[in-house]
Amino acid sequence: MLKTALSDKTIFVTGATGFLGTALVETVLRVLPSTNLVLLIRPGRNVTAQARAGKDLFRNNCFDRLRQDWGTDRFQEEITRRVQIAAGDVGTDGLGLDQHGQQLLANSDIVVHSAATVSFDAMFDQAVEINLLGPTRVMHAYQAARVDCPDPGHFVSVSTAYVAGSRKGDAPELALRDQPHYPEISWRLEVDAARAQRTSTEASSREPETLAELRALAMAELGSAGVALLSEKIERLRADWVKDEMVAKGRARAQSLGWPDAYAMTKALGERLLESERSNVPLSIVRPSIIESALRDPYPGWIRGFRMAEPIIISFARGLLKDFPGVPEGVVDVIPVDLVVGAILVAAANPPQATKYYHAASGSLNPLKYRQLVSLIRRYFSEHPLYDEIGQAIAIPEWTYPARGQVESTLRRSKRIVDTSTKIISKLPLRSNFVDYQDQLAETQQGLERAGSYVELYGAYAECEAIYLADNLMELAARISDDERDSIALDPHLIDWESFVLGTHLPSVVEHARARTRPKSSAPKRNSREDRLRASLLTGHRLAAFDLENTILAANVVDSFSWLATASVEGGHKLAIAASLLAEAPQLLKLDNHDRSDFLRYFYRRYRGAELQELERRAPEFLTGYLLRKSFPLGLARVRAHRRAGHYTLCITGALSFAVAPMAPLFDQMLSLEMTTDADGRLTGEVPGALPIGEARADVLRKVAKIHGYTIEETIAYADSTSDLPMLEAAGAAVAVNPDTKLRQLARRRGWLIEEWSRSKGYGNLFLPIGRQL
Amino acid sequence: MPRPGFVLEVDRATPPTLFWHGESFRLERLPRGSRILYPPEPLNAIEDVRGAIEAALDHPVGEAQPLSSLLNPNMSLTIAFDDVSLPLPQMTAPDIRSLVIEAVLERAAEAGVTDVVLIAALALHRRMTESELRHALGNRVYNALAPRGQLTQHDAEDKQNMTVVGETDRGELVELNRRAVESDLLVYVNINLVSMDGGHKSVATGLASYDSIKFHHNVDTMVHSRSFMDRHNSELHSSNWRMGHVIKDAGVKIFQIETTLNTATFPESFRFLSRREWEWNLRDRASFIAASEALKKTPPHLARQIFQSVRSPYGVTGITAGEVEAVHERTLERVYQQQLVRVDGQSDILTLGLPFIGPYNVNSIMNPILVYCLGLGYLFNMYRNKPLVRKGGVVILSHPTRPEFDPAFHPSYVDFFDQVLTETTDPLVIESKYEESFARDPWYIHLYRTGNAYHGVHPFYMWYWGAHALDHLGGVIILGGDPKATRRLGFQSASTMADALEMARSIVGSDPSITHLHSPPLVMADVY
Repeated sequence: MLKTALSDKTIFVTGATGFLGTALVETVLRVLPSTNLVLLIRPGRNVTAQARAGKDLFRNNCFDRLRQDWGTDRFQEEITRRVQIAAGDVGTDGLGLDQHGQQLLANSDIVVHSAATVSFDAMFDQAVEINLLGPTRVMHAYQAARVDCPDPGHFVSVSTAYVAGSRKGDAPELALRDQPHYPEISWRLEVDAARAQRTSTEASSREPETLAELRALAMAELGSAGVALLSEKIERLRADWVKDEMVAKGRARAQSLGWPDAYAMTKALGERLLESERSNVPLSIVRPSIIESALRDPYPGWIRGFRMAEPIIISFARGLLKDFPGVPEGVVDVIPVDLVVGAILVAAANPPQATKYYHAASGSLNPLKYRQLVSLIRRYFSEHPLYDEIGQAIAIPEWTYPARGQVESTLRRSKRIVDTSTKIISKLPLRSNFVDYQDQLAETQQGLERAGSYVELYGAYAECEAIYLADNLMELAARISDDERDSIALDPHLIDWESFVLGTHLPSVVEHARARTRPKSSAPKRNSREDRLRASLLTGHRLAAFDLENTILAANVVDSFSWLATASVEGGHKLAIAASLLAEAPQLLKLDNHDRSDFLRYFYRRYRGAELQELERRAPEFLTGYLLRKSFPLGLARVRAHRRAGHYTLCITGALSFAVAPMAPLFDQMLSLEMTTDADGRLTGEVPGALPIGEARADVLRKVAKIHGYTIEETIAYADSTSDLPMLEAAGAAVAVNPDTKLRQLARRRGWLIEEWSRSKGYGNLFLPIGRQL
Repeated sequence: MPRPGFVLEVDRATPPTLFWHGESFRLERLPRGSRILYPPEPLNAIEDVRGAIEAALDHPVGEAQPLSSLLNPNMSLTIAFDDVSLPLPQMTAPDIRSLVIEAVLERAAEAGVTDVVLIAALALHRRMTESELRHALGNRVYNALAPRGQLTQHDAEDKQNMTVVGETDRGELVELNRRAVESDLLVYVNINLVSMDGGHKSVATGLASYDSIKFHHNVDTMVHSRSFMDRHNSELHSSNWRMGHVIKDAGVKIFQIETTLNTATFPESFRFLSRREWEWNLRDRASFIAASEALKKTPPHLARQIFQSVRSPYGVTGITAGEVEAVHERTLERVYQQQLVRVDGQSDILTLGLPFIGPYNVNSIMNPILVYCLGLGYLFNMYRNKPLVRKGGVVILSHPTRPEFDPAFHPSYVDFFDQVLTETTDPLVIESKYEESFARDPWYIHLYRTGNAYHGVHPFYMWYWGAHALDHLGGVIILGGDPKATRRLGFQSASTMADALEMARSIVGSDPSITHLHSPPLVMADVY
C-alpha cells in the first residue's frame, strides 16, 4: 500500500538533521525505493547546506545499515539520485529559499515538517519563532510555491502529544479547540509579548545593578585574572542570565495556561495557527509522546543525541538523583522512534479531506507504568552497575515516588550546603591538602545542579496523567499491507516493554552516555591519563613557559623582600622588619587579590634606596638560603626535562631581576622586571613599562613564541594562579601547578594537567623568612 | 692513661646497647654471645698546640726544608686547606686549621711574601659558606684575606683556571687548580680524621677536576679498595699516589702539613655518648633519658638544628709537616694508634648505628643516599685486613632514612633518587648509563659554581663508595628506616631489632654471630 501510494512522489522534509528527521530520511531511502526526498537544511556559517547534509546527516550511524546492505558506491548513488538539498531556514519568512529551492518545494507532493526546538529549556521567544510560527511559515512557503499547481499537495506536521496540557484523563485525537478546557488565547498577543520580553530582558541585563552582580560572580570565579578575561566572562554570564530569564518567563506563562512548559505551549499555538492558515491544503498532524530509541529499525536501540529520559536515567544510575517525582501507577508515555516514523509515512500516504490528528503514543494501547519502568531500571543497573571515579560499583537508590515539591526542596537544601562549603573553601588560600575533598565537592555540586535542572524540566511531564487516545493511529496501522509489516511499523502493541527497556533501550542509553560500565582493571596502573598527558608534553617541537613564584618556587615578593631586607641588618631589626610585614599582611593580601599590578608597584616601592650592588653581592647566599630551599624539586626537574627534550624554556615572572637572577640559568630565557637605579646605584623603587601580569603575560608568550619560531599551539604554559589565566588560556597546552580552588575548578573543566609540586621535606616552614649569614 | 678499645661479649648482665639512630638514639638488647666493639678512649692531647705547630714547621720530615727557608718576598704562595667535610662534627674554636694557617701566614709575613692566596680544597664538594669559612680559618684570617680576594674556593669547573699537570703511566689524567700548581710553593693544611684522608689524596683529589677525579672515583676502583680506609690495600689511594708522583715530577713544590685529632667527639652534656653503657652513672642516665625524651617531641628539622650546632672538643694528637709521603706515614701511625682495635674473626651480621652527621651533610640533611654512603661506604670500610662481616653476611643499619633532601646543597641527589634509583641500584649500570649526563649538566654546574651545591656527579660517588660492601654482602636491612625510601635504595626495612635479626637469619642461617660497631666515636677494626 505504502510503496504504491508514495511511489514517484517527492517528500519535502524539514528538520532532517534531527533525531526524528534522520530516521525518517533513512526509512524512506530503505523502504520506499521510488520515493524521492527534498531536505531543507540551514547552511552553517562556513559550510554549505549540501556539506552539512553529508556531515550532520548521512555520516550518522543511522545509515550504517544501508551502507552495509548496499555498499558505499550504491549508497552514494542512491543519495545523489533521490535526495536533493534545499538551502533554507524555517526561522525566515519564505524559508529563505532561492529560486531553485522554491522549484524543489513546488515539485514536492508532500511536506513533512519536523523541525522544532525540542529542548524543554528553550528561550521563550525562540520557542515562539520556531514552534509557533515555524509550521505556518513552511505552510505559507508551500502554498506560495504551488500557487499554479492544481493539486494542493499534503502537509504533515510533527507536533507533540503534550499540546494537550497538564491535564488528567483522556486526550483525544482532535483539534485543540474541539477539546474541553482549552484556553482561548490569541497567538498573536503571545508572539508580541514574547518578542517584547526579549527586548526588555536584554535591556535589564545591561542595567548597572545586574552588571555589578555579574561582575562580582566573575570576580569570585576568576579572581584578578585581568580585564580581558574578566569582561569576556561577564559577557558570557550576561548571555546566560538573559537565557535563564527568558526560559523562566516562558515556563511561567505556559504554566499559567496549563501547559507544562513553553515547548508544549508554543507547539499547541503552532498547531492552531497552522489549522487556520492551511486554506485548501490537507493537513495531517502527528503528535508523538516521548520519542526514545528504535525498537527495530534501522537497528534496535538506535538513538541520536542525548534526549529527555537518558540524562535522568544516567543520573539515577550514578546515584546523583536519589528520587524522581511521579505517580507509581501513572503512565510513562514513551514511543520508539521507528514507530513515529511509521506513523508519519503512513499518514503521508493517506491525505485527509481537511485536517486529521494522530497520537504516536503508547499510553492508551500498551501502557508502561511508572512503577514498572523504575523496577526495570533498578533491575538493569543492579545487574549492570555503573562505576564511580575510583572503580566501585554504584549502588542504586530506593525510589519513593515523592511529590515534585519534596524532591526539589531536598535538592535545594543539599545544594545550598555544598555551595556554601565551596564558597568558603575557595576564599581560603588552600592548596594541595584539601584537594581531594575539594574535588569531591565540585563533582557533587555539578551533579546536584544537573539533577535539580532535570526535576525542574521534566518533573511536570512525569506528573502528566493524560492518556493519549490513538484510534486514528490504529486506523493507519490497519492500512499497512501484510508484506510491508516487516519494514514499516507504527503499532505500539508491538512493544514488549520488558525486553525493550532491558535489552534495547538501557544498553543504548548507557553506551551513549559513555558511562563507566566496568570496574577499573585491577592490574597495576602504568599509564594514567595524567602520565600520558605529561609524556605528551615532553615530546615534539615545544616552547614551555613557566611562571616562577609558586610554580617553581614557594616564594613570593613579600617573602623575598623580607629575606633580602633582613639579611643586611642586625639582630633586633630583623624581627622588626618581619613583624611590620606581618602586620601589613591582610592589607597586602587584599590588594593582591584586587589587582596584581597595583600590588607589585606598591610593594616594590620598598626597595627604594637599597644599593643594587649590595643586593647582587648577596645573590649566592640568596640562592642557597632562600631560592633553592623554597624550590619545588619536581618543578626544576620538569624545566630540565623540557630542555633535555630540546624545547625552548621561558620563565615569565613579575619578580625583580636581582631577586631571581640566580635562577635564570635554569631556563633558556628569563623575563623579569628591571628596577631603575639613580646616579649612586641606588634603587628607585620604580619599574618602568607594563608589568608582565594578566593579558600582558599572554602577549609576552605570543611574542617570544613568534620570535623563536613556535606557533601558539606549540606552547605550554605552567602557572599557579587565576591571575595567570590569560597565559594559560592562550597557550597550546596548560598545566596548573598547585592551583588554588578557583584555578583547580577551571583546570578540571578544561581538562588541563594539574601538578602538585611541593618543597623538599626536611625544612621547617617559617611564615616570613629571615635572612641570615650562611 | 686512656684505655684501649675492646670487644665485649654480651651476657645476661649486659645492659641494653646504645645505637645511634639519626638525630636520636635506640637502646637495643643484642642476643647473648654478640660482640660489641668499643672505641679506645681519646688519646691525651698536646697541650701547647702552637708550640707543636712551630716545631713541625721548623723540623719537617722526609726530604724537606724548614718552611721559613722556602719563603722569599718575590714568591707566590698558595695555602690549600681541607674543607667543611672535616672534622665531624666541627671542632670547638679555634679550629686546628686556623692555628696552622695563622702560623704559616706569620712566617710568610716575616719573609715578606705578599702574593698569598688561600684555596679551600673542595674537589667536587659544595662551596663553604661564610660562617663555615670563618669557623675553619678564624675571624682574623678571614677578615684579613677575604675582602681582598685572597681567600678563594677551588672551582673544578673553571677550566681557565685549571691546568693539566700530566698523566700517570696508567693514563690517568692529572688536572689541577692552576694557581696551586703554578705557585712557587703550595702548602697543604689537612685534618686527618680517618685513615683515608691526607697524603697525596689531599692535592690530587682536593684540587682536581672531574675529568681527573673520575680515574679513581669509579666503581672498579672502589670494589678493589679493601678497604679504602687502609691506604696500602686501597686502589683509590694507589691511583692518588701515582698522581702524586706525576705532580712531584712536574716540579710542583708541596709542603704538606697534616694534623691528627683524638676522639673527644662530644661535649660534656652528651658525655654518655662516649661512655660504655654499664659505666653510666646517674648523671649519664639522666641526661640520656632527658635527651631521648626531648628528641621524641622535637620535629626532625629542629632536632637536626640542635645536633648540627654540636661542636666537638677534639684534642690535637700530632702535627707533622714536610714531604707528603713521609708526613702521611706518621699521620697514619697516630690515627691507627687512636682508632685501631684488634678483632678476632668475622661475624655473620654486623650492626651499625648511624649518627646524624657524615662528611657531606654538615649543616644539612642526611638524605637516604648519604645514609647509604655513611653505612656501607664509611662505617663498613672501617677495617683492616678483613671486613667485620663475612662474605655473604648481613649489615643492619639503624637510621630513620626519611626521604628528605636539601635542595640547595644536594640538588642532584634529589634527581638521582627520583630518576636513577627508580631504574636501577646496580653501581655499574648507574655509572655507565647516568654518570656522564649528571656530571656535565649545566644547571648542576651553575649551582656548584655559584651556590653551595655539591657537584652533579657527587651522588654517584656516594653510590660507588658502597660498591665494595654491596659486592661483599648478602643483604642490607635498615632498622627503623622509612619503608619506601629503604626499598628505593634496594634494601629492606625492619621496625624492631628482633625483626631485623629474623630477616637477617633467613639470609645467613639460624644461629648467626653478631658484631656491633659502637661508633662514633670513631673506631677501626683490625680483623684477623
